[in-house]
Amino acid sequence: METAVTKTGTEDQTWGGGNEPLKVSYGKMMMWFFIVSDALTFSGFLAAYGFSRFKFIDSWPIADEVFNHFPFLHGVDAPMYYVALMTFILIFSSVTMVLAVDAGHHMKQKKVIFYMFLTIIGGAIFVGSQAWEWKNFIKGEYGAVETKGGQILQFVDTEGHRVKLEDIAIIDTHNDRTQHERKNGIWYEKEATLPTYTIEEIKTGFAKRKDVLIRTQLLTEKGEKTILSREESIKRLNSDAIGIVEGANLVHNEYGTPLFANFFFFITGFHGFHVFSGVIINIIIFINVILGTYERRKNYEMVEKVGLYWHFVDLVWVFVFTFFYLV
Amino acid sequence: MTHDTAHHESNTAKIWKVFILLSVVTIVEVILGIIKPAFLVETTLISMKLLNWIFIILTIYKAYYITWSFMHMEGETKGLRRSVVWTAVFLICYLIFILLTEGDYIYEVFKAGHKSWDF
Repeated sequence: METAVTKTGTEDQTWGGGNEPLKVSYGKMMMWFFIVSDALTFSGFLAAYGFSRFKFIDSWPIADEVFNHFPFLHGVDAPMYYVALMTFILIFSSVTMVLAVDAGHHMKQKKVIFYMFLTIIGGAIFVGSQAWEWKNFIKGEYGAVETKGGQILQFVDTEGHRVKLEDIAIIDTHNDRTQHERKNGIWYEKEATLPTYTIEEIKTGFAKRKDVLIRTQLLTEKGEKTILSREESIKRLNSDAIGIVEGANLVHNEYGTPLFANFFFFITGFHGFHVFSGVIINIIIFINVILGTYERRKNYEMVEKVGLYWHFVDLVWVFVFTFFYLV
Repeated sequence: MTHDTAHHESNTAKIWKVFILLSVVTIVEVILGIIKPAFLVETTLISMKLLNWIFIILTIYKAYYITWSFMHMEGETKGLRRSVVWTAVFLICYLIFILLTEGDYIYEVFKAGHKSWDF
């Protein structure tokens, strides 16, 4: 480290450049600078999320119903278990990182290698889990109907359990509507992917299924979604519904307002990108540790610096977890 | 920069203690989130559910331990600590205050307006 710093030769004087009032090295200081500015970026995202949520406070999707998947447990309602597990994995990888930093202070190369390895594995598992969450979110589960005003109508049975579109729709075999592709058109345009069912198929199916009701986005006093009566449901579906939504993207979202999906993609995506870059940086430092770079340098401060970044990523996740999944 | 290798005693025991603490807090959060006790949901404090206040306070509690213990903020000088924490806390509180106030105002406008948005 010493070699990277230019000496003025006047370090002994008060303003000669040798004074370090904050008693940290340049690199660590810059890492703190970065962390503060990055923290503000994340708070910008989360505060904007809060803004939109307050704006739609009586119709925001309920996170427990959206994120209720667990690997290998198909169709089991498991709200939050998987995110909780992901949180544990990330906290644990933070622990192994701080253990690596601690081992670095004692110049124990073998231990640093071991703990950094665990940290990288933890980070990789977390990014993978995040990708899986995205996949489930994008694919959707039950499907919904969108109205003229962009409201989402979902289907439930008389006991309040969600009903899938495929259980309602009566397929119209005479319907020969095909996807308009680039190659078919008179001009080089294509249309968006057609949903599995048409709105008419849902409407005819709904008329036959007397046990199915419509659930709107509006929240009741108890914090549950409003369920319409059978008459209201039929009226609502026939007068307002214009399209089918399956899954979520940046424009349509079967869980509720599209803003929910937008913020989910942006915030967890931005965080996931941080974890991903953290894993890459960790791998670089890991290789350096194995090569013995820091043994020769006689200090492991680089491990400490990436450690700071890694803990910051964990810190952000703690907030994302609270505001996206709990509150 | 070699000065700090000498007097670092091992913190391993403390690190594990903090890990257990963070885990317990997370488990409590998840359990509360799943059972959602009725009295915590029904009681509101400054127009927010008591349950949400508990979540937020527990989150800040966790954030404190991550920053102080894992990021080793407790060992830094007062100057560094304050320039990082006070700056961030002040700016974030301000941002949250103005955005949430504005969000709530827009909600009221939507609700009280003559146009229905639910169609």
